[in-house]
Amino acid sequence: MSSEALIILIYILVLASFLGFELIAKVPPTLHTPLMSGSNAISGITIVGALLACNEMGYTTISKWLGMVALVLATINVVGGYTVTDRMLKMFKKK
Amino acid sequence: MSIAIELAYLIASVLFVLGMKMMNKTKSARQGNRLSALGMFIAIVATLVQIDAISLVEILGCIVLGSAIGLYYANKVEMTKMPEMVAIFNGFGGLASFSVALSDYFLRTEVNMESIELVTVISIIVSVFIGGLTFTGSLIAYLKLNGNISGSPITFKGQHAINLVLFLGFLTAAVFTVMDQTDPMLIIILIVIALLLGVLTVIPIGGADMPVVISLLNSYSGMAACATGFILNNNVLIVAGSLVGASGIILTQIMCKAMNRSLINVLLGGFGQTVNEAQGDGPSITVKEIGVEETAMLFDGVSSVIVVPGYGMAVAQAQHVIRELMEQCEKRKIDFKFAIHPVAGRMPGHMNVLLAEANISYDKLIEMDDINDEFPNTDLVLIVGANDVVNPAARNNPQSPIYGMPILNADKARTVIVSKRSMGKGYAGVENELFGYPNCLMLFGDAKQTITKVVSEMKEM
Repeated sequence: MSSEALIILIYILVLASFLGFELIAKVPPTLHTPLMSGSNAISGITIVGALLACNEMGYTTISKWLGMVALVLATINVVGGYTVTDRMLKMFKKK
Repeated sequence: MSIAIELAYLIASVLFVLGMKMMNKTKSARQGNRLSALGMFIAIVATLVQIDAISLVEILGCIVLGSAIGLYYANKVEMTKMPEMVAIFNGFGGLASFSVALSDYFLRTEVNMESIELVTVISIIVSVFIGGLTFTGSLIAYLKLNGNISGSPITFKGQHAINLVLFLGFLTAAVFTVMDQTDPMLIIILIVIALLLGVLTVIPIGGADMPVVISLLNSYSGMAACATGFILNNNVLIVAGSLVGASGIILTQIMCKAMNRSLINVLLGGFGQTVNEAQGDGPSITVKEIGVEETAMLFDGVSSVIVVPGYGMAVAQAQHVIRELMEQCEKRKIDFKFAIHPVAGRMPGHMNVLLAEANISYDKLIEMDDINDEFPNTDLVLIVGANDVVNPAARNNPQSPIYGMPILNADKARTVIVSKRSMGKGYAGVENELFGYPNCLMLFGDAKQTITKVVSEMKEM
């Protein structure tokens, strides 16, 4: 990785963190539980890394197995996280 | 990598940001969650097109398996069990990032026999550390919340020294790994220490401090994804990971502030263990009991009611019967509201979800700062399974461990009824002096059963 490429990644990290702080600070306390389960689902983004790790040929390498484990876990996180968040938000009603 | 894939990742990142932004209003939140899910779908498809056709079968197999487990759990879990679910899912996220980092390490060192760049090695080590710690830490948090292991703090002598030594050991092994990347022994040491530290840092923390722990672990799971992004040089992982990381940190801060304790104080653990002796000589309080019928009569005669729910409501599953109580009161034109303390329950927003599940409109749930001035003008306060968050000692007893914690001013109402199983102490291990106040009446028994009886009495009136 060139130092320019690294600097760009660090820029993204820092700016996205600031954006995250700004966005989350505005979420009302009522929604904190769905916010957590929803962000849980987003942290399942590591599924992208898991997919790439699974792209190894053959089952002889530990890399492949670790990738598959990661893929199952990340999928649980993504699918389960979004589903349960939707289930919760559906219940928030104003009468 | 083609520009189209990079653009797809950018769209996914934008959708995550928009989704989180729409979470700031209850009305748009559901739509926001769906946008975020769409972003995830786009990111997954953009990754799948880079995969060799041969691996596709087993990849789809893993996805189907993971989806089935995720769907089953998400649809089956009870709302009272949300803290457990979020805790274990944090752990899965951490373990996934941890596995991806290790997979990448072994691929580079053992299969391709290449030397790894400094930035990548450091990112792998960071990902293993945070991911591993998140996994075992979340597992302990889950077991504590689920009651498999005691929710009270588990402390022993030299605990913090051991953690420090382990951490220094990790740093040392990390430095050696950077110098000699190919030694698998070093990586194994890193893995073991990371997993151990997760266990050791969470066991001394008590059950009621779990909102802080879960929020922090939530943040860690995002940071682990972020570190994985640095390994794979992938922007969408970094953006999504840092959004989650920031989210968890903000929630952690809110929780700490609501308990008037520093994060360090929470993480060192052992809260509520040492105070009993110091308090031992205090005058014991005498309480007044009230029965079900009298309670029903009281409710029948008032014009304003505020309910203060706590973790005990979740344990007793009393949220539905409280809705029935609300309906009885509204029939009598009684003003009925809920006062929500930020740390009521076992995770941020826990009470709100339970009451929403019981079909109670969210505009009835009022936050602490907005409702505290209303208590003096309220006829009746019903406290269900809450304790420390209504203890006036936080205001007027500098010796109390909870002194300085912002509380709900329930004691200032004309009459207070406390629904409680027994005279047990709150999490902080202190007597609640409110229970001895002249305006306070104790309604002993399981919250669900006693309130059900109150409701049926009211129906007959």
